[in-house]
Amino acid sequence: MRKKQNRVIPGFGLTMGITVTTLSLLILLPLASVLIRSFDQTPAEFWQTITRSNVIGAFRTSILCALLAAAINCVFGLILAWILVRYDFPGKRLMDGMIELPFALPTAVAGITLTKMYSDQGVLGQALNRIGIQGSYTRVGLVIALVFLGFPFVVRSFNPVLQKLPPSCDDAALTLGASKSFTFRHVILPELTPALLTGFGLALARGIGEYGSVTYISGNSAKNGTQVVSYVIMQKLNSGSADYVGAASIALVLLAISFLLMFFLNLVQWLAARRTR
Amino acid sequence: MKPEDEYGMKPKKSGKTTRPSAVQIALILIGVLFFALMLVWPLIEVLYRALKDGWELYWSAVTAENTLSALRVTLLAAVIALLVNTFFALAASWLMTKFDFRGKSLLTTLIDIPFSVSPVIAGLAFIMMFGRNGLATPVVNWINDTFGTDISLVFSIPGVVLATIFVTFPYVLRELLPAMNLQGRAEEEAAAMLGAGGLTIFRRVTLSHIKWPLIYGMVLCAARAFGEFGAVYAVSKARGKTFTLPLEVDALYMSGGAEAITQAFAVSSILVLLALIMLILKNIAEWRAGKSEEQEKA
Amino acid sequence: MFIEARHLNKHFDGYEAVKDVTFGVEQGKMAALLGPSGSGKTTILRMIAGLEQQDSGDILIHDRNVNDVPAGKRGIGFVFQNYALFRYMNVYDNIAFGLKVQKKSRSEIRARVTELIELIGLKGLEKRYPNQLSGGQRQRVAFARAIAPDPGLLLLDEPFAAIDAKVRKELRVWLKDMIVQVGITSIFVTHDQEEALEVADDIIILNEGRIEQMGSPMDIYLHPRTPFVAQFAGNSCVVDSLPGFRGFPNLPKGQKILIRPEFVDAFKKDNSQMQPFADRAEDGVITGISFRGNSLEVRLEVHGIPLLTSRSLERREIRLGEHMNVFLHRVYCIEEEHTQVVENELLKDISME
Repeated sequence: MRKKQNRVIPGFGLTMGITVTTLSLLILLPLASVLIRSFDQTPAEFWQTITRSNVIGAFRTSILCALLAAAINCVFGLILAWILVRYDFPGKRLMDGMIELPFALPTAVAGITLTKMYSDQGVLGQALNRIGIQGSYTRVGLVIALVFLGFPFVVRSFNPVLQKLPPSCDDAALTLGASKSFTFRHVILPELTPALLTGFGLALARGIGEYGSVTYISGNSAKNGTQVVSYVIMQKLNSGSADYVGAASIALVLLAISFLLMFFLNLVQWLAARRTR
Repeated sequence: MKPEDEYGMKPKKSGKTTRPSAVQIALILIGVLFFALMLVWPLIEVLYRALKDGWELYWSAVTAENTLSALRVTLLAAVIALLVNTFFALAASWLMTKFDFRGKSLLTTLIDIPFSVSPVIAGLAFIMMFGRNGLATPVVNWINDTFGTDISLVFSIPGVVLATIFVTFPYVLRELLPAMNLQGRAEEEAAAMLGAGGLTIFRRVTLSHIKWPLIYGMVLCAARAFGEFGAVYAVSKARGKTFTLPLEVDALYMSGGAEAITQAFAVSSILVLLALIMLILKNIAEWRAGKSEEQEKA
Repeated sequence: MFIEARHLNKHFDGYEAVKDVTFGVEQGKMAALLGPSGSGKTTILRMIAGLEQQDSGDILIHDRNVNDVPAGKRGIGFVFQNYALFRYMNVYDNIAFGLKVQKKSRSEIRARVTELIELIGLKGLEKRYPNQLSGGQRQRVAFARAIAPDPGLLLLDEPFAAIDAKVRKELRVWLKDMIVQVGITSIFVTHDQEEALEVADDIIILNEGRIEQMGSPMDIYLHPRTPFVAQFAGNSCVVDSLPGFRGFPNLPKGQKILIRPEFVDAFKKDNSQMQPFADRAEDGVITGISFRGNSLEVRLEVHGIPLLTSRSLERREIRLGEHMNVFLHRVYCIEEEHTQVVENELLKDISME
C-alpha cells in the first residue's frame, strides 16, 4: 500500500500539484532557460564575457554600493525600529504606517525623484555640493537610492524582535546594576543579531540586483564606476544585436551571488531558530 | 475577555513615565530626520515637480493617450498577477501547513527565489524562454500553427503579465504562511471528522482564520505589481501598447525635455496615489490581522 | 465486539509508537486507553478515527474493515484534546456543522441542535463564540458537536486535560452520565488512573506502545499482571524482596513484590486495641507525612524498605521520625503475566487466638 501521510485533511495531491506546477512553469523553467542559454558558448567565451572590465566593474559597483547601503540601513533601521517600538512621540503612528512606502512606491518613480532631489538643481543636491559632494550621477547617489529601497526590510526585521523583547528584560539588567550601554551591548544586541543579519541580507539581495531606482541616479558611466550589473544586462538586451548569450552569462553570475546570499540567510535563520528553541 | 500578551501588558507601552532622556530625544530626532529626508521629502518632491508647470500640463499628461493605455496595462497585469499568485498562495499554504512531507523546506526556498533575484533577470528569463530561439518558443509556435492563434509571449501583454507574476510571486504566500501555521490543524481535523470535504473545510473553517493576512498579502502583492519596472522593462518595448505606468514614466523622463520631465512626474503622481492607497489598505489589513492573531492566541 | 483493533503498528521517524496492539470494545461500553505520555494511547485513538494511518493491522467497526474508509465516513465522533471548536462559529453553528455537511434539512438541523443544546445544558448560549465560554462549557459543546451526526462510536482524546481540577470531577460524572444516556460506545484516552478507574467499563493499559493489560477496573486493580500496571493503577510500592519481615517465609524468588497502601497497617506502639497484631508487627519509622484532604498519606521505612499507607484524620497525631508498629497483611507477587496474592502467614495465628 502506498504510504499515506495524514490523509484526514483532504487536498494533499491537488495542492501539491498546483504548487509544483505553478512554481516550475512560472519561476524555475524561465530561470533554467537562463542557465541553458549561457551554455550556448564555450567556457572560455563565458569566462571572457564575465571578466570583461566593464562587467567586473559593474559587479564591484553593485556589491560595494549594496553593502554600504545595507550597512547604513542597519544603523538607521535599528534607530527607527527602536523608537517606533519603545518610545512615544507625536506622529509615531503615521511614521509606522509609512515605513513601507519604498515597498509600495514604484522604483522608477523613486529613481527619478531622488535624481532630481540630489542633482545640482535640487535643494539637497545643492546642499551636498556646498560641502563638496556631488549627489546624483555618482556612487553617492547610487547608495542613497539603495538606502531608500532597502530600509523597510531592515526596520521590518527588527520590529518583531524588539516587540518580543519586553522592556522588563532590560529593566531586569538595569536593576542588576548594568549601565544602559552595557545592557544594550550584552542584552539587546545579541537578541537582535539574527534579525540584523536577516534584514541586512534582504536589503543587500535587493540592492545588488536593483535596476529601476538606480538607473537614473547613477549616471550609468563605466568610467566613473557607476554602472550596476542590472544595467549591463539590460544594455546587452537592448543593444542593436541583442546579445542574449552575454546577458544570460552575466545574469548567471548574479543569480549565483543571490543564491549564495539566500543560502546564508536561511542558515542564519535556522541557527537562530535552533538557539531559541 | 480581553486578550493580554504573555507579559500581561502591551510591550509598546513600556510604562516609562519618566521624562525622556537626552539619548531618547536624540534617537527620536535622528529617526524623524532620516524618515523625513528619505520618505516624506521624495513624496512631496514628486507632487511639487508634477504640478510645477501648472494644472493644465499636469492634466494633459495624466490624460494623455499613452498614459491611459499604460494605466490599463498596469491594472491588467496587476490584477492577473494578483489572481495567479493568490491562487498559488492558497494552494501552497494549504500544502505546507496542513501536511508533512519530505522536501518542504526545499520547496519554501524555491518559492522565495523571486525575492532575491534581480527583476532584470526575471525579464531576461522570459525572453530566454519565449523569445527568439527561446526554449519554449517551438511549443508556442506549434500552438499558434495548430490552432491558428497568434500568441506571442514576450514583447507583448502576456510577457508583461508573466514578468509581473514572477517578481510578485511569493508575496501573498509569505503573509499567509505564518497565519496558517499559527492556526494549526485541529479545526480542520475536527471538520474532516464530521465528514466535511476539502472545499467545505477551507471555506467554512480555514478562510475565517486567514482572511486578513490574506488581504494583507494581496495588498503587498498588488503594490509591488503596480510598481515593477526592471522585469517589465526587459520584455516590453511598445509604448502606448505594452507599456505600464512605470515604463511610461521612464519614457517621458528619458526623452529629456523639461516639459517631458514634468509630465513624467505627473504620471508618477498616479503611481504615488496608488502606492498611498495600497499603504492605507495595508495598514488596515495589518491592524485587522493583528487583532485576529491576538484572538488566535487567546 | 463493536469496535476492534487488530495488530496495529505505527512508527514515527524511526521510533515505534504503537506495537502490535489488539483489543476490542463491546457495544455500549466505555473503554479507557490509560498510559503515561508517550505510551501510544493518543496515536491508537487517532488511528481508530482515521486521523492517522497505521503501518499495519486492521480496524473493524461492526465487523467491517474500515482501513480504507476516510475519517469523515467512519461514523465516528471525536472530541479533541483542546476541543478544536471552530473559533469563528458560535455554539449553534459548531454543533450544526456535521449536520450541514450531511445536507440535512434546515428544520431537521434546528430540531437536533436544539435538542443537543438542551441536553448539554447550555440553553441560551447558542450565540456565544468559543472564546466566550468556560473550559467546561467548551467541553460540552465539543461533546455535542461530536455526537450531533449520531455516530456509532465516540472517541475522546484526554477530555478533561484542559479543565481545572475542581470542575474536572464534576464534568467527569456528567460526561459518563451523558454517554450512558445516549448509549454510545466510546473510547477515551487519559493519563489519569483515577479517571480511568472511575469512569471506564474497560481499561486498556499501555506502556511504550504495547498493551500491558486490559480488563475491568476492578480486575485491573485487584489482579495487576505487571509491576507497571500495579504501579500505574493504585500507588503501589514495588520491591524485590522482603528481608526481615516475619510472616512471608515462602516468597518466590526473583519476582517483583508489590505492596498497596491498603495492605499496610501502621499503628502507634502503645495502641492496645491492636495487641494481637502488635506482637507480630515490624518496627517502622515515619519518613514522610502528606495531607491528602480526607486522610494522611504516610511514608514509612521498614527494614530498609519504603512503604506507603494512608491514615484516617480521626486517629491520633503522628510525627516525622516516630517509630510505629507496621503490619503487612498481604502482598502481590508478579510473575510474567500472572499475579499471586500472598497472605501474611501470621494472620492464621491471629485468627486462632
